[in-house]
This record gives sequence, C-alpha cells and structure tokens, in this order.
Amino acid sequence: MRVALFVPCYIDAFEPEVGIATLKLLRRFGIDPEYPFDQTCCGQPMVNAGCHNEAKATEELFVRNFAGFDYIVVPSGSCTHQIRCHMTAIDQTEEVRQVRERTFELVEFLHDVLKVDGFPWAEFPHKVSYHNNCNALRGIFHGSMSERREPPYSKPLNLLRMVKGLELVEKARPDECCGFGGTFSVFEPAVSVKMGQDKVRDHASAGAEYVVSADSSCMLHQQGCADRLGLPLKFRHIAQVLNGDRA
Amino acid sequence: MKESHEQRRAKDGLPALLHEALGTPDDGGAKSGSGERLTHGEATSRPLQPPPPERQPRGAKVHHRRPVDHNEAAQRFIDAPRHEKMHDERLWDLRQKRDRQMHGIPEWETLRELASSIKQHTLAHLGDHLERFEAQASANGIHVHWAQDGAEHNRIVHGILSDHGARRLIKSKSMLTEETGFRHYMQGVGIEVIETDLGERIQQLDDEAPSHIVVPAVHKLRSDVAEVFARTLGTDPNNDDVHYLAEQQREKTRPLILGADAGMTGANFAVAETGTFVVCTNEGNADLSANVPPLHIASIGIEKLIPRIADLGVFIRLLSRSALGSPITQYTSHFRGPRHGGEMHVVLVDNGRSARLGEVDFWESLKCIRCGACMNTCPVYRRSGGLSYGATYSGPIGLILDPTFDRRRYSSLPFASTLNGSCTNVCPVKIDIHKQIFAWRKALAETHDIGLGKQALMKAAGAVLSHPKLYRAAIATADGALKVLPDFAVTNRLNTWTQGRDMPEPPRETFHQWYERTHGGEEGAQ
Amino acid sequence: MNARDTILQRIRENQPAGAYPLPDLPSFPFDDGGDLVACFLRNLVAMGGHYYDGTINAAMAELFPDAAVIASTVPDFSGNRAITSGTEAGQLADVDVGITRASVGVAETGSVLLVDENLISNAVAYLAQHLIVLLDRASIVTTLQDAYRRPEFHQYRYASFHTGPSATADIEGVLIHGAQGVRSLTVLLT
Repeated sequence: MRVALFVPCYIDAFEPEVGIATLKLLRRFGIDPEYPFDQTCCGQPMVNAGCHNEAKATEELFVRNFAGFDYIVVPSGSCTHQIRCHMTAIDQTEEVRQVRERTFELVEFLHDVLKVDGFPWAEFPHKVSYHNNCNALRGIFHGSMSERREPPYSKPLNLLRMVKGLELVEKARPDECCGFGGTFSVFEPAVSVKMGQDKVRDHASAGAEYVVSADSSCMLHQQGCADRLGLPLKFRHIAQVLNGDRA
Repeated sequence: MKESHEQRRAKDGLPALLHEALGTPDDGGAKSGSGERLTHGEATSRPLQPPPPERQPRGAKVHHRRPVDHNEAAQRFIDAPRHEKMHDERLWDLRQKRDRQMHGIPEWETLRELASSIKQHTLAHLGDHLERFEAQASANGIHVHWAQDGAEHNRIVHGILSDHGARRLIKSKSMLTEETGFRHYMQGVGIEVIETDLGERIQQLDDEAPSHIVVPAVHKLRSDVAEVFARTLGTDPNNDDVHYLAEQQREKTRPLILGADAGMTGANFAVAETGTFVVCTNEGNADLSANVPPLHIASIGIEKLIPRIADLGVFIRLLSRSALGSPITQYTSHFRGPRHGGEMHVVLVDNGRSARLGEVDFWESLKCIRCGACMNTCPVYRRSGGLSYGATYSGPIGLILDPTFDRRRYSSLPFASTLNGSCTNVCPVKIDIHKQIFAWRKALAETHDIGLGKQALMKAAGAVLSHPKLYRAAIATADGALKVLPDFAVTNRLNTWTQGRDMPEPPRETFHQWYERTHGGEEGAQ
Repeated sequence: MNARDTILQRIRENQPAGAYPLPDLPSFPFDDGGDLVACFLRNLVAMGGHYYDGTINAAMAELFPDAAVIASTVPDFSGNRAITSGTEAGQLADVDVGITRASVGVAETGSVLLVDENLISNAVAYLAQHLIVLLDRASIVTTLQDAYRRPEFHQYRYASFHTGPSATADIEGVLIHGAQGVRSLTVLLT
C-alpha cells in the first residue's frame, strides 16, 4: 500500500508539528507515508475566492505530486473537501479522478480505512472541546449534523473517546461555524472576528482547557481570537492528541 | 463534571444561551393555562431581555453601481452589542425551535425530499402549470394578470385600483412587492398604502426595508419600536412595553382596515389543479386585508406554483416548522375565488424568474418557499443583521437571489458567507444554497466582477503556489508565509486580521525544512 | 406579444430539461398517543387555543358573560348581530364574540378549518374580538396531509385553517395573542 502525506501549506508554514505528529501517528500503525517533495497547496485559497482559473496550475501541480498513490492522507478536512469536491479547474482525466478519490482526511483514514481500535500510547488528561470544521462536517461528513434528522455519529469523537483521560465537554452551539471561512476571514473581518470570539467563549464556558480539531486553519483563527480576549484556551490538532501528546 | 455539563442545558433540555446576559425570568409572553411558556407563532422559547436603549444601527450604505460593502455595515451592527446579541439569540432560538419540530416528525427528511421533487417537477413544467392555474382561477371568477417585471406589476395594480377609484390600500407582507418597489411607486401616484403586519408596519413607519423575510423588524429592540411609534403614531415615548406597543398598533390600524378601498396580499403557494392561492400568516392581517375591503389583489411570483392541493400537505407541514419552529402558522388561508359581492385579482409576476430558470447552476433557487430558515441558522446573518446586505433578500438565500437582480451591485454578497453549509441543511426544499454561493463566486470571477484587487491577488497567489521553488522561498522567511497564504493574510490587507485577533506565531522551521533536515524524523530525535 | 405570452415563451425556452416526475405522496404513520381527540386538544392548547368542555350556552355564560355584540353563524346559539352573505364587513367591526362551526379538525396541529359557507361573512372570523368554534369530534383527521385529501378545498372559495388565536412576536419574540385578528379562539367539541 503506497501512502502519500500531504501537508497543507498553512500547516507547513505555521503548524509544522501537526505534520510531524501525522507522520509519526501513521508510522505507529505500520504505514510509512511518502512525502512528495514538490508539494505546495491544494488550490483552495483561490477556489474559495471564485478564482478557479487562477487555481489551475496549483491543482495540476498537486496531481503531478500525488498521482499513483493508493492513498493520500491529509491532516485537514477543509483541504480534503477541496480536493475531493472542488478540484475541478483542471481537466478531469483518469489520473485526476483517481487522485481525488484516493484522498482521505486523517480522521477518515484512521476511522474508515485502517479501522483503528485504540491508541494505547495516548493519554490526554484534559477537558476538551472538539471543533468541527464545517467542510469536515458538512462537506465530507465527519459526523451527524445538528440540522438534520439523522442518527448521531462522529468519527473524530469516536477516535478521541479511545484516548485515556480525555474528557469531552459540550458547547451550547456544537456545530456553529467559527467564522474562519478562508478568504472570508480577510474580506469580512467584522463578522469573522465576532464569530470567532463567540466560538472561543462557547468553548471556555463549556469548561474546556483544550480545543481539538482536525483543521488547523480554524484553530489559528480561534487562537487569535482567544489570545485577544485573554481566554486561557490551548489548541491542539487531533493528530497531536492521537499521537500521544500529553499537553 | 456532570454538573457543569448540566449547566449547559436549560430546563427544556436545549443548550443554554450563549449570551447569558440576555436571560430574564419573565417578559410577559403568553403562557398556557398550566403556566408553561407557549412558543408557537414567532415566539422565543426562553424570555430574553436586552439592557436599556442603544441606537439602532442602520443598514448598508447604498452607492449607485458600487458593490454593497457588507463588512462595513456588519461592523456597525456588531458595534451595537445589544442589538447584535438580541438578534443572534432570537434567531438562534428560532433555529432551535425548528430543530425540535424536526425531531418530532420521523419522516422529516422524506418530506424535504418530496418538497424538493415537487418543486423541481413544477419548475421543469412551469409553463403548463401556470396555464392550468390561470384557466382554473379564471373559471372561478378570479381576474388573472401577467407582469414581466416590477414596473409592469406596479402599473397593473395601479390600473386595477384606479378602475375602482380606490385611494387606500391595506396590505399584508409580501417580499414580491418589496422587489417591485411597490410602496414607493404608490406613494408617487397618490395612493395610500398601509402595511398591516406588525413587523412590516414598524418598518414602513421607520422608512426602512424589512431585514428578514418572515420577521421584518427582528433587528429592532423594543426601545427602537417605542421610538418609531412615538414619532409616527403618537404613542407614549417612555413606554416600551411590548404588549402596549402591539396593542397600540392594533387599535390604530383597525380603523384604517375598516376604511380601506382595497386589500392586497402575496401568496405562499398557488395551486394549478384548482386555481387556489394560499396565504400563511400569524397575525390575521392578511385575512383582514383580503376579507374586509370589497377588492382583493394578490401578487404572486410565478415560482409559487405547485401542481396539486394534496401537495400542500407536504409544504404546509414544512413551512412554519422550518420558519418559526411552530407546527403551522395561526392562519393558513386558501383563496379559490372572490367572495360573495367581492372582486379578486391575481397578478402573476416574472421579474427575472424566467431568466433564472435557464441558469443551470442557479435555477433550483426558484424552489424557495421564503421560510427564512437559512437566515435563522446563518451565523453571518445573525451577526450582521439583514439590512447589512443592502438588498431585498438578505442572508444565504439573498446571496444567491440578489445578484440575479443586479450583478454588479450585489457582486460582493456571495462573499459574505463562510460556506459552512448549515443553510443547505435546514432548507425545507433542499436548495443547495452554499453550493450556489460557491458557484456564484466562480461565475462572478469569470466575468471579473469580484474586484480587480482580489482577482490580482489570487492570480499572484496561484503563481507562487504552483511553483515549489517560489513557494519555498516565500514561506522560508518569518513573515513571508503570511504574505503568500491568502487564507488568512492577504498581502495588502494584513491589517484586517489583527483587528480582533492576534497573528499566529511565525514559524521557526517549516514542516518541509524539518523533513529535509531529519529525513522525515528517521534520523535525529525520533 | 403580450406579457403573458412573452413570459410563457421565455419559461418554455428556459425550463430545465429532464423528466423530473411528480412524486406520489405517501401516507406517513402518525402517533396520536392512542387518542386522536386528546392529541388535537393538546396541540390546540400549545398553539394558544382554548378548549371548552360543555355546551355553547354554558360557554358563553362562563367565558363571555359581558359580551354585548354576538354574531353567530350556527343554529346552536342565537347571537344579536345578524350575519348574512350580504353583511358588509364594517357591520361586524364591533362584534365581541363570533360563533361558527368548523368542518375539519387536524390533530397534528390543533387546527380547525373554517369555510366561507359556514362563516357566511369571512370577516367575522377576524374582526370579532373572540371566536368560538364548534367542531364535530368525528371530523378530526390525523395530519395536514389527511386534511388536504378532504373535498373542502375543491368546494369552497375560501377555506382557512385557524390554529389558536391571532398572534405576533414581531417585537423581540415576545408572544402576544390578539395581534390583528381575534384575541382568543375557543374550540367546543360536539
């Protein structure tokens, strides 16, 4: 099984330890992913702004980097959603189709492909508020959605419940968007910041010490909001918690 | 630990308020005989009360042909925290009431599917259904008119009123007449128009557009209403008791209703099978408008058609549950013909709908039944207020309807969304709203209507991100990454990030550099 | 071409291709808790309506002893304000209590269906301060879907579901009964 690791650009730049944790976590399950060296980005920043033409070359580069693998694992629901659902600026060749189909977000890969049944090395003795990225939740269906009449389930929570000592807390608005929204955070700063502030307050009043998510982008935004408000929240990617980080 | 969890729940099992400050023991809302708080109609399931007066923020500043600056208006709304909090909590409460209704109906998702299929069918055969409706309604004694656009609609209605020498028209809420600029037109020709819905009347008296398609004055606090009524109706400026304000409006409107020459309503549905149109309201004002004056005119968008009476069983079950979280509106009235001695006219209005029908990506927006559920759930709408969109339709549905009316002015609106998708999930007719917002961004970028600066920025980002060497060089420096990654820091707008958030820490070493240095952690500190 | 033909032509040019068949409407099971009438009353009360257990004479004496102007459209009770199909709406402006009969009740929502033939003058159901509705308990159906299979919607020019009294919560979500229409609605089962 040939597995590739895609480390999204903002993780590469701002949260390298998330990429490292993802790599080490996969190795714990006997998978040694390849890291295509010329990888950059999935094209989402441009596509999110409507600029599909401007994303074309980046999408082409992505496919060149990741063609031929059985699985492409991404520690980001948002980027996975872009690749699987929105990578349409380029011609949909068989190669492109395969790359898109074989791309899995880390939680999905552990939950649905590897079907892992434990993280015996992991212990996280803290109160955790889990943040669902909207693309992870409503785009690639990480869990049931509060708006729908469907049986409750959550892939990330299923995984986190296997972590010793970890206590999940419940927010008043569990799957409300945090206001990051890609370019939204830049072009609509007023609402973006307000939504972020409401979100971190909700985490805090639920009693959370840590916020955990499968998406670093939302957490960078929320961290910025929490720091400004002086809320003592700490943010960790789910890969770090599952890989055994204790704090 | 269980304790803190329980604190997050109110007595009724719903998650507690996000804005605890708004919780109040009682606000005088109606109760059942056993003292339980009633929550039908548009009522909140918990009493909410804002602190004392704060000036109401006004809507987006409209400049001719310039794209609406939603962010600017949103900032002013957020800067009025009492208004913003109340608005957010109130609409979130409607969303939660909707959820409770949904959980009470096992076939909910099937009903949504049926509603969507019925609407798709109707739109795909709209010509036939409209002709059938026209034939049936005419046979029932209804006069049927057709209007290609808003101006023609206004002229037709004016003509009908002139034929009857009518000088005063009472009307119930209609988004279509907002589209056509109806009140403004009628003012110009000397016909008095009186809105009878409380929220719409407040907005009319304050010379402001409705901010929500179901609860038009939801952005106003009671203090704002007291100010408007004192100024326009002569009520006590120091009395902002909600019961007093509502009663004043009832008492002052009743004589106007009794003395009106004509009544006007919109319609929620028009049934091809029988030539019936259906009006759903809570206040009884639409039925007064229709049944008191001798002349009733109904303005109906051509997308309101449904084929069969039995289809109403699906739509009426969904409509108010989605809109307000109540099982049905207080009144659901079916008009199949003029009453004894009365006269009834229907104006079927196109106003851009037939053109939208031909747009592959956007025609399904015509399925909309104007319930407002997408607005109630939208985290952006709740925090910016409907007037910040500067358009007839606001919130998620507005983002996909407004650009069809004025592509340039509303080109900014599809960007007033995080694409979180909650709107699509609550839509009772399964419009893929967030996907259409996404598609609008693409359509606008293709015609260079998203702003040259933004597009140039994206082109620059695309150039860097598609070249590994340029990308590596760009993010190698401490703040270089911030300049390259448009997701959270576009070069010349860097300042917007830091308005209410701190910047992320600059990287010490990128993942790529770490991998290169350690060969993926195989050597060194594993 | 006139507006009608232009609109219809443009619609036919632009209608999406594809069959998009009209679905059959299934009947869904409805859980009335084992008692349809009780379910109807429960939902009526939740929507702000009242239920009176007794005769119309008793109801009037108990609920509205001071009513000065009563307009009745039912033979069960004689009002003191005549109401005929020729009655102008304005003549009903001072009615304290209107009395009429519903043709259907809906358990799912607690709604009653009022039709023009029973109302005689539609406006009475909105201009009166209070409304009493007689309903034959055998006329209660389960859901709105069942209600829409009834013939009333094909027979009458006006048919309206009333569910509780007129209501508004347009100011800060505070619920108020008696918005523009009746201040109370009381159902009496017969």
